[in-house]
Amino acid sequence: MTLLTEKRARRPENETRKIRGKVHLREHLMGWLFVGPFAVVFLAFLIAPLAYALYLSLFQKKLIGGTSFVLFDNYVKAFTDPSFLSGAWFVIRFSLVSIPLQIVLALVMALILDSVTTLFARFSRLMIFLPYAIPTVIGAVMWGFLYSKGFGPLTDIFGLFGATAPDFLGSNLIFYGLLNVVTWQWAGYYMIILYAALQGVDPTLYEAARMDGAGRWQIATRIKIPLIAPALILILVFSLIGTLQFFNEPQILRYLAAGTIGSDFTPNMYAYQQAFSLANFNYGSAISFALGGIVFICVYAFLFFTRKRRSFL
Amino acid sequence: MKRRRILATVAMLAVGSGLVACSSDEGGSGASNCTNTITKQNVPVVTMWGWYPNTQLVVDNFNKLHDDVQVCWTNVGQGGDEYDKFQTAISAGTGAPDVIMVEADRIPTFQIQGALVDIKQYGYDAVKANYGEGAWKDVSVGDAVYGVPVDGGPMGMIYRKDIFDKYKISPPKTWAEYEQAAQKVKDAGGPLFGDLGANVPAVLMALQIQKGAAPFTFDPAQPKSIGVKLNDQASKDVLDYWGGLARKGLVGTQDQFTPEYISGVINGKYATYISAAWAPGYLTGAGVGKGQDTGKFAVAPLPQWDPANPVQVNWGGSAFSVTKQAKKPELAAKVAYGLYADKESLTDGWTNQIIFPLNLTALKDPAFVDLKVAFFDGQQANKEVYLPAAEAYKGVAYAPFGQYYLDAMTKQVSEIIKGSVTGSQAADKLQEDVAKYAKEQGFTVQ
Repeated sequence: MTLLTEKRARRPENETRKIRGKVHLREHLMGWLFVGPFAVVFLAFLIAPLAYALYLSLFQKKLIGGTSFVLFDNYVKAFTDPSFLSGAWFVIRFSLVSIPLQIVLALVMALILDSVTTLFARFSRLMIFLPYAIPTVIGAVMWGFLYSKGFGPLTDIFGLFGATAPDFLGSNLIFYGLLNVVTWQWAGYYMIILYAALQGVDPTLYEAARMDGAGRWQIATRIKIPLIAPALILILVFSLIGTLQFFNEPQILRYLAAGTIGSDFTPNMYAYQQAFSLANFNYGSAISFALGGIVFICVYAFLFFTRKRRSFL
Repeated sequence: MKRRRILATVAMLAVGSGLVACSSDEGGSGASNCTNTITKQNVPVVTMWGWYPNTQLVVDNFNKLHDDVQVCWTNVGQGGDEYDKFQTAISAGTGAPDVIMVEADRIPTFQIQGALVDIKQYGYDAVKANYGEGAWKDVSVGDAVYGVPVDGGPMGMIYRKDIFDKYKISPPKTWAEYEQAAQKVKDAGGPLFGDLGANVPAVLMALQIQKGAAPFTFDPAQPKSIGVKLNDQASKDVLDYWGGLARKGLVGTQDQFTPEYISGVINGKYATYISAAWAPGYLTGAGVGKGQDTGKFAVAPLPQWDPANPVQVNWGGSAFSVTKQAKKPELAAKVAYGLYADKESLTDGWTNQIIFPLNLTALKDPAFVDLKVAFFDGQQANKEVYLPAAEAYKGVAYAPFGQYYLDAMTKQVSEIIKGSVTGSQAADKLQEDVAKYAKEQGFTVQ
């Protein structure tokens, strides 16, 4: 903004210069006034805590010996800490499976709902979206009870056929148990975003395509999907960031899953445990930042590989 | 998963800093938001956190009996929830109450951070005779006293009479008999005999101590050094024993204090429950022993390794401690000594099975000794099981990093349950893990 003002101020008309300068100064001030409230909140509740967490992460507090400045020791520790690494590896694996699954499901549902315009389609749209409207905590508790060996329906259903129910809260299947909860909750949300993007596509394109002899399948794959690619990339980035920060569902299910989910199951849970249960705010902050680093790298890599398609950020 | 905003990442990092949570001013001396109503005005107020189900009554009794001090009570959550808040207040340097209810095993954790006050100078001698030696040891670090005992958890074996009758077994007196009985019930197609819960590491610690383990040795005169001995033979034996029971399918591996576990207890899925004296109250509250299950439960002494030399252990039990943030420690100590120490409160506690009192005035009360416990179908559980167990209890030296130790234990027990390690291997890993942590925290580990 300052640059702009100066440039304009250098114009040759000496008379108008002062007046224009004043106008610009006023506009300038108005601009800051509008940005002000946001800037204050942004600085106070985002930048300041972040800076403080970064500051904390550079120290180490011991029960014996007190606090000392250790620079990046906490980060070195994090990246050699099996708890952090296994948690990070888990969320990366989980992302690789859950994100494509959710996106494909959401895309298929959005395409179907886009090409069908009956009352039933509208009803389905609402139903598919509904799980997202249920708070995560309640969703997780509900699924925890459904999975339960003691009083969940699975035991009865499988019992009818004389089989033992799979234990989705056991250590072998917990991955799929969580996958199901997450997909159930989020696929509908992504579907709505994609559906909205599809609504924005100019219908004359479909007409033109049909004139050229394209079938429904071809319209979907050659026209619709390429046109909503920016929305696809947007939800991919959202889901990538969200999944790497996996916290709510495992944190709640750990009370129902006998010892399957430890306090270091995901990096965020580990940071929470370190900070609030072991009072190790320094290491907790370091883990948070280390996770932030991983998220940044993953998102950057993803955006780099899809840079031709994106139209945002 | 929070995906609503792209900035959620950064927000999460912000939460990590703990800035958001620690500005609450519930504690301090501003006694504006007490759960109880203080009727006496212009009297100094002491703030207190606690979670006994009958705290309201206990606090009212105290306030009625005292004209020079009044208690302002807040329930900030049970166990871990409260400790997390207290820990945050310690780190922040503000926000803690004057008096806090803590389980005895947490006292060293807070003491080593300088968060608790040694209350020996504030009237210890006057009440010393009111509690047993083991009770005082549990709340002491060296010679200093950091809490006033309230309730304990002498352990026993709760069992279902209907299952024992059906499979014709009598309560096992040793752990060897326990396993034989478990095998017998299993062979006859009966239910699980007990439960190995990864989330109750304190039980396993108690059972290890029963066999002679001494996990931590700590001399407050030399605060920089600590003895960590988690993989001695006794500790390994106990983990191997329970790992073996689980592997053979004799006991379940369900987390305890969960709906899943309680529904199992109600449905007769477990023949025994190795637990403490406060368990009947807890189980009653959770809906166990009602309806068709009325009077099905009984209690027997904890099985022993060597019946010739029985050892009694403890699980749970709490005390009132005075925090360093108390502005008038002497007044706070008066509250700590006086709360839950009057006869009316104690009687309410034990008749409703809320606590197993450690105050000798209650323990020697014939009404308490001879109490026919309804949950146990009129069995005189105090006289037969819990009182002898409490009297024989010697006390334990707990770790100054108890939270870490218990978390690490939970992790290893989960591995035992998964079958990826044996009990002995788990003990070795636990030793390595905890010793490493102790060193990181600046201790010299012996």
